[in-house]
Amino acid sequence: MKEGKEKIELIKEGKRLDGRGFDELRPIKIEVGVLKRADGSCYFELGDNKVIAAVYGPREMHPRHAQDAKMAVVKFRYNMAPFSVDDRKRPGPDRRSVEISKVSREALDPVIMREYYPKTAIDVYVEILQSDAGTRTAGINAASVALADAGIPMKDLVSSIAVGKIGGEVVLDLNAMEDNHGEADMPVAMVSRTNTITLLQMDGRLEKEEFERGLKLAMRACHQIYELQRTALIDRYSESVDVGEGEA
Amino acid sequence: MYKVVVPGDFISEAVSRAGEGTYVEEGKVHAARYGIVDERGEIKVVPLSGKYVPAEGDVVIGRIAEISFPFWIVDIASPYEARLHMSEFADTRDEKIEFGSLSRYLDLDDLIVAKVTNVDVMMRVDLALKEDFNLSHGGRLIEIPHTKVPRVIGRNGSMIKMLKEKCNCFIFIAKNGRIWVRGREDDMNLATEAIFKIASESHTSGLTDRVAVFLDSFRLKRAKGRR
Repeated sequence: MKEGKEKIELIKEGKRLDGRGFDELRPIKIEVGVLKRADGSCYFELGDNKVIAAVYGPREMHPRHAQDAKMAVVKFRYNMAPFSVDDRKRPGPDRRSVEISKVSREALDPVIMREYYPKTAIDVYVEILQSDAGTRTAGINAASVALADAGIPMKDLVSSIAVGKIGGEVVLDLNAMEDNHGEADMPVAMVSRTNTITLLQMDGRLEKEEFERGLKLAMRACHQIYELQRTALIDRYSESVDVGEGEA
Repeated sequence: MYKVVVPGDFISEAVSRAGEGTYVEEGKVHAARYGIVDERGEIKVVPLSGKYVPAEGDVVIGRIAEISFPFWIVDIASPYEARLHMSEFADTRDEKIEFGSLSRYLDLDDLIVAKVTNVDVMMRVDLALKEDFNLSHGGRLIEIPHTKVPRVIGRNGSMIKMLKEKCNCFIFIAKNGRIWVRGREDDMNLATEAIFKIASESHTSGLTDRVAVFLDSFRLKRAKGRR
């Protein structure tokens, strides 16, 4: 924290500023297949985060020399819209988004069965339309659903959420205010079915005990998110069955 | 009736019956794709979306994308492009095809019906012309996701038979999701609409009946409009 900055009281009477408890997620909304021209897509809301993921492919890999003769190459681009934050974000890739693209790709990589499509590329584009801390986790959640929607063979879905420490407490799913004035932020991505962690980063400091408590919190939340992702995918087709039969 | 699964879903413990679209882990069969479970015989997950991957024996509609002697490079609506060798034409003719004259036989953007003769490990795809289908006498190309092709054909060809009868069209469906329709202009319009309807409702049951109703009501409307 910068000096001279006023210390903000993030926890009042056992509640957070937005009224949530310590282990509470922000409201989540998932919509599948929102983009007509993409092979798979997903719109994901996590509180005030608004994220859209588009998957194209498998398609021919260019440049040719970057092809892998044995499996598909996954390309992931995380991009923040200039209007996604309060101060205009300078458009284009920067140090931060290049890093997030890399770790997000690696978070999804273990579940994608790349050997099904040798010599091809699978393009994943994650566009942050509105940001309120935790966009990389929202992006991974959205991308995972979009990949499934594109019909790409996968072993599982990946779910992701951040935990952190604010006002001395370990809490789930920080918002921007908590992230900026808190002590630590730790995004986690994992495969719910097998409890395999595919992304784990930490900004700030946590005691060993706090880390373990936080991780447990994140893992439980990932299970919740997984259920929402799964339901969103399944509802997409069961809903239209009813509509279809109704009109006949 | 249809059970939709997402990647990772547990399907069964009958490992020996695990088929396409599934994977086995720790003695259990899981879904590898987002799709519909088919447990008759082999346990399969029929995907709801995805790209076409050519297999030997498939009949596809291709579009000439590039000419590179002695091959035509053909786009077959897949991540992999296919090759058609010039001997496919030379065999049927006495004249020899000269370098640079391939475009006289098939030019860019021409459509062909071809059979996949070979797919090697490097995913090089070889084609052979199927000349019993000629696309040069007019008609229209429709493209749908290849995963919907079985629904457009229907069980034992019931859907396609009905479409042909009620729309009065010649309809040819290729494995890669490309469909050739030939007939009168308004008949083709009707067939196109019906095929897109099938594609967008491919996961629902009782589809053949619903399409029949759709086609009949359309005919009725048009008959009224003429009067």
